[in-house]
Amino acid sequence: MVVSCEEVWREISDYLEGEVEPTLRAAIEEHLRGCKHCTAVLEGTRNVIQLYGDERMVEVPLGFSRRLQRRLEEDMPSGRRSFLGWMVAVAAAILVAGGFEVGRSSAFSPPELRSEHARPGSGVPPNMMVVAAADGKTFHVPGCPFIHDKAKLETIAAAQAIHEGYVPCVRCMSKYLAS
Amino acid sequence: MPEEVTSLENSAEQLNEEALIRRIRDGEHDLFYQLIRPYERRVYSAAFAILRNEADAEDVAQEAMLKALKHIRQFRAEARFSTWLIQITVNEARMRRRRDRADIMEPMVNQVDEEGNHAPRDFADWREIPLETLERKEIRQQLADALASLGQKYREVFVLRDMQHLSIEETARALGISAASVKTRLLRARLMLRDLLAPGLGGSWSSKLSFAKGTKPW
Repeated sequence: MVVSCEEVWREISDYLEGEVEPTLRAAIEEHLRGCKHCTAVLEGTRNVIQLYGDERMVEVPLGFSRRLQRRLEEDMPSGRRSFLGWMVAVAAAILVAGGFEVGRSSAFSPPELRSEHARPGSGVPPNMMVVAAADGKTFHVPGCPFIHDKAKLETIAAAQAIHEGYVPCVRCMSKYLAS
Repeated sequence: MPEEVTSLENSAEQLNEEALIRRIRDGEHDLFYQLIRPYERRVYSAAFAILRNEADAEDVAQEAMLKALKHIRQFRAEARFSTWLIQITVNEARMRRRRDRADIMEPMVNQVDEEGNHAPRDFADWREIPLETLERKEIRQQLADALASLGQKYREVFVLRDMQHLSIEETARALGISAASVKTRLLRARLMLRDLLAPGLGGSWSSKLSFAKGTKPW
């Protein structure tokens, strides 16, 4: 069996993938031995496959993964969380609560409020210094005109006040009242 | 033995993937990123092969992955998840392309009948290329430019088969064409790229690197 240059070019892909039947393969190899043009085409095609097949050829834009994850989080249809998912969510909630806000924050051990009629606080900066009376029910911004027993006041951090069950003053702390 | 080890690893991965898919179907959607993470790059490159624009490719890749999550119950285990994901990506990218009427920007080169035989334009010797050459950004850019100059139908097949290493059948399924068409287009794409890159053509591979004809830069 003798093959022409045109036939070799037509079969080059299959030849490189080992998909030509043995008789044709032998004929192509015989042709290649005497044809440097076809050998150059074959080697060049093999180079193309090898170079483009390298994983370095697939480049994704910087930050692609991060943006993808954010998009998935934003647009993900609601579903039940896995145990791991819950753990991550809970850890995130603890971080947020601990780092940025307190008040109605602790889902684990909600403070027993000193007043059952009062609304708990929400988003109070944990390190904000407030004043509260030892036997009182509310905490205030220092200098609040609605403090009843100024003689017994203590200055403490808002996080501590909330932990002890104090509720925000409806006047001076109104912006932190949970609705 | 290494082949057996690889095979075992693959089936372990497959098992893991099946388990993940089952749990996501049952509603644990937050596991989805874990499932698609190994395929992020492939999804992006499939989208880029069709759209040739980074921003569009990224947007379409994200859309495709969200769509995969939305329709995960329709995934049939007889196909590989990666092929199914690429199939969605190809559809999304083609729709985007039609919407943006990008066809008018398609290179006119190689728009001829795909059944016609492709004759090499030059027979320059191009025998040895160490893969380390790919460390050079300008080489990668030249390869990317050559690929971008192919017509879409050649680019799609080449990217899925030769860059993402899908089988002929998987490529055919992802693109919705016959295996015979994949083979024909693949052959033409490979030969055209060789033509574009082989030294001695005055093409990008030789002229931009400023080395003498016949002298290899490596």
